[in-house]
Amino acid sequence: MISLSAYLILSAIVFGLGLAGIVINRKNVIILLMCVELLLLAVNTNFVAFSHYFHDIAGQVFVFFILTVAAAEAAIGLAILIVLFRGRKTIDVDKLNTLKG
Amino acid sequence: MNQLQTIIYAIVLFPLLGSTIVGLWNKKISCRGAHWVTTIGVAISFVLSLYLCYQIVFAGVPTYNFNAYIWGGSGSYQFNIGFLLDNLSTTMLVVVNFVSLLVHIYSIGYMREDDGYQRFFSYISLFTFAMLMLVSANNFLQLYFGWEGVGLVSYLLIGFWFKKETANFGSLKAFIVNRVGDFGFILGIAAVFNYVGNVDYVSVFNIAPSLATQTMTVFPHTHWSVLTVICILLFIGAMGKSAQMPLHVWLPESMEGPTPISALIHAATMVTAGVYMVARMSPLYEFSEVALSVVLIVGATGALFTGILAIVQNDIKRVVAYSTLSQLGYMVAALGVSAYAAGIFHLFTHAFFKALLFLAAGSVIIAMHHEQDMRKMGNLRKYMPVTYVCFLIGALALAAIPPFAGFYSKDAIIEAIHHALIPGASYAYYCVLLGTFVTAFYIFRAFFLVFHTEERMDEHTRAGLRESTWVVWLPLVLLAIPSAIAGIFLVGTILYSPTGGLLGTSIFILPQNNVLASLAIDYHGPLLLALDSVFSLPCWLAVGGIFVAWLLYIKFPRAPAYFVEKFSLIYKVLLAKYGFDDFNQVVFARGSLKLAKVFFEVGDVKILDHDLVDGSGRFIAWCSANLRKLQSGYLYHYAFAMIIGVLVLLAWLLW
Repeated sequence: MISLSAYLILSAIVFGLGLAGIVINRKNVIILLMCVELLLLAVNTNFVAFSHYFHDIAGQVFVFFILTVAAAEAAIGLAILIVLFRGRKTIDVDKLNTLKG
Repeated sequence: MNQLQTIIYAIVLFPLLGSTIVGLWNKKISCRGAHWVTTIGVAISFVLSLYLCYQIVFAGVPTYNFNAYIWGGSGSYQFNIGFLLDNLSTTMLVVVNFVSLLVHIYSIGYMREDDGYQRFFSYISLFTFAMLMLVSANNFLQLYFGWEGVGLVSYLLIGFWFKKETANFGSLKAFIVNRVGDFGFILGIAAVFNYVGNVDYVSVFNIAPSLATQTMTVFPHTHWSVLTVICILLFIGAMGKSAQMPLHVWLPESMEGPTPISALIHAATMVTAGVYMVARMSPLYEFSEVALSVVLIVGATGALFTGILAIVQNDIKRVVAYSTLSQLGYMVAALGVSAYAAGIFHLFTHAFFKALLFLAAGSVIIAMHHEQDMRKMGNLRKYMPVTYVCFLIGALALAAIPPFAGFYSKDAIIEAIHHALIPGASYAYYCVLLGTFVTAFYIFRAFFLVFHTEERMDEHTRAGLRESTWVVWLPLVLLAIPSAIAGIFLVGTILYSPTGGLLGTSIFILPQNNVLASLAIDYHGPLLLALDSVFSLPCWLAVGGIFVAWLLYIKFPRAPAYFVEKFSLIYKVLLAKYGFDDFNQVVFARGSLKLAKVFFEVGDVKILDHDLVDGSGRFIAWCSANLRKLQSGYLYHYAFAMIIGVLVLLAWLLW
C-alpha cells in the first residue's frame, strides 16, 4: 500500500516542475502549454489521491471535469499558437512582450 | 426731491454726461461736436454752481446734507452716495467749475491740431466730474471715489501724448507716487471706520473729541492718540495728492502733459484736493496738536525749499510747476496753524493766478512752436502784448505784491503763522518769510527772461511769433481779473468776518487755536491792509525779490553765470532737486526692481515653476517610469508574481 504522502510528494514535484517550466522557460510557447498541462495533472493526482483516501467519489468527478477543460484549453491554446506563429513568424517567449508598459 | 437736490445732481452729472458722450462716440463725433458738448456741460454746471453758492452762502439757505442712495452695504454697515452742501463745498464747486470751464475754452485753441482732440475733451470733463464728486461728498468713501477719480484722469492726461517716452514716465511716476499717498489715505479711512463704525462726515465729526482721548498701539509698546493717527494717515493722502515733501516728486514730472492740464489739474484744482480735505476735516485736526504740527512743518518746509528749486529751472512750465509746489506748501502750512480759512483763501487766489500763469505760459509755448526753454525766448512783450500783461498780473499776484489777490491770502498765512503758538511755528515762520523773497525772485526771473531781455529765438520762430487767438487769450483775461482783484473783495468775508463769513460754519476751530480771530482785531478794510503792508517785512522781501531778479537778469545779465560758477556745488544740488528723484530712482525704483528680480528668480522661477509645478510633473513621471518596469509583458514574470503572491498569501493564512 503506497502511502498518501507519497502521492502528495509526487504531485508536488510535478507541480513544481510545471511552475519551474513556466517561469524558467524562455524559448518556446509549446513548452509553456505543456507545463500548464503538467500543473493540471499534478492537481488531478492530488484529487485522485485524496478521493481514494477519504473514500469520496466527488474528487474523481472533478478530475474528469478538469481533464475536459484541459483538453479544451490545449486545443484552443494550440490554435492561438498557430495564429500567433502566422502573425509573428516566431513562438519565442522572449519576443512576445507586446504588452510591455 | 427738492430744488437743491436737483441742482447738485445736475452740477455733478452734466460733465459726466458730456464726457461719456464724447468718450464713447469719439470716432463718430466731430471736433466741433466734442468741444461743444463738453463745454456746454461744464458751462451749465458752472452756472448752477454759482446759483447754488449764492443760495447757500448769501441767501441764507441752511447747510444741506442728504444721502442720494445706498451705494453698498454689509451687515449693519451701509455706504451712501450723498452730498453735503455747505459754504465750503459750494464755493469750491464754483472755483472748480470756473477754472474747468476756462480750461475747456482755452483747450479749443490749444489742442486744435491734436489727433486726440475728442479724447482730450472727454478726459477733462471726466476730471471735472470726479473733482465735483470729491468736493461735494458727505462721506469719506465718496471723497475717496473722487480722490481716485481725479488721480486716474491725472494719470491719463499726463500720459496724454503716450508716444512720448517722458510723458509715459511722468504719468507712471504720478500714479505710483499717488498710490503711496492713497495708501495712507485709505488706512486713515479704515481707521475712521474702525473706530466710528461709520464714514459719514457728520457722525465722525460728532465723535471726534472722544477719539482724541482714546489710544491705540501702532508699534508695540507705544500708545498713540487714535485721532492723531487718523489725521496723520489722512494727511499722508493729502501729501500725495497735494504734492507735499517728500511726495512732491511727481508734480514737476506731470508737466509732460498738455499745458491746459497743467493749469487745470496740476495747479488749480486737483492738487488742492489735499488742502480742501484737511480743511474739511478741521473738526478732526483741531483736536490733535501733533497732527497740526506735522502739517505745519511739512507745509512750511515745502513752501521754502521747493520754491528755491524753481530758481534754477529753465523750462518755463517747470518754473511754474515748482512755484505750485511752493504755494501748496503755503496752503498746507496755513492749515497747520488752524488758519483753515487762510489756506482755502490762498487756494482760491492761487487757483486763479496759477491757472493764469500756466495758461499764459501755454500761450507763449504755442507762439514758440512748443519750445519751452526760456533761454531761447526773450523780448516777447513786443509780439504778445495781451499775454504779457496777463503774465505780469499773475506774477505780481504770485509774488504777493499788494493789492493783488495773492497778497491778501499769503499775507494772512504769514501773519497767522507768526501769531501761532503751536510747536514748529517759529521754524515755519522763517520758512514762509524767506519763501516770499524766493517766490518773487523766481517768477520775475522767468518773467524777465521770457518777456524782456534780447531776443534769443531763431529766425524761423521769430517770423511765426504773434498773439494767440481769442479762445486762448480770453481765458487769460478772465483769469487775470480775479487774480488782480479777488483779494480785495474776498479778504474781508473769508478771513476776518466775525460771523464766519464765506466759509461760515463749515470750518471748526478751537477757540485757543483761532489765530485768524486775533488778526481780525487789527483788520480795518482791504485797502488799509494793503497800505499797512508797505511797512511789513513780507512785502519788502517780495519787492526785494523782484528787484534782485531785475538786477541779475536785466541790469547785469552776466551775473547769473558768475554765481553759478561761484556756488557750483549748491547749483548742482538744486539742479538735482536735493536728490529726491535720484534717491527714489535708486532706492525705490531700482531697489524694488532688484527685489522683484530676486523674487522672480528665486520665488517664481526656482521654487514655484521649477520645484512645485514642474517638480510635481517630474515626480509623476519618475513614479510611472519606475512603475512601468513592473509591466514587462513577459508571461513568466506575471506567472512568477502570481506564485509569489500565492505563497505570501498562504504563509500569511497559515501563520
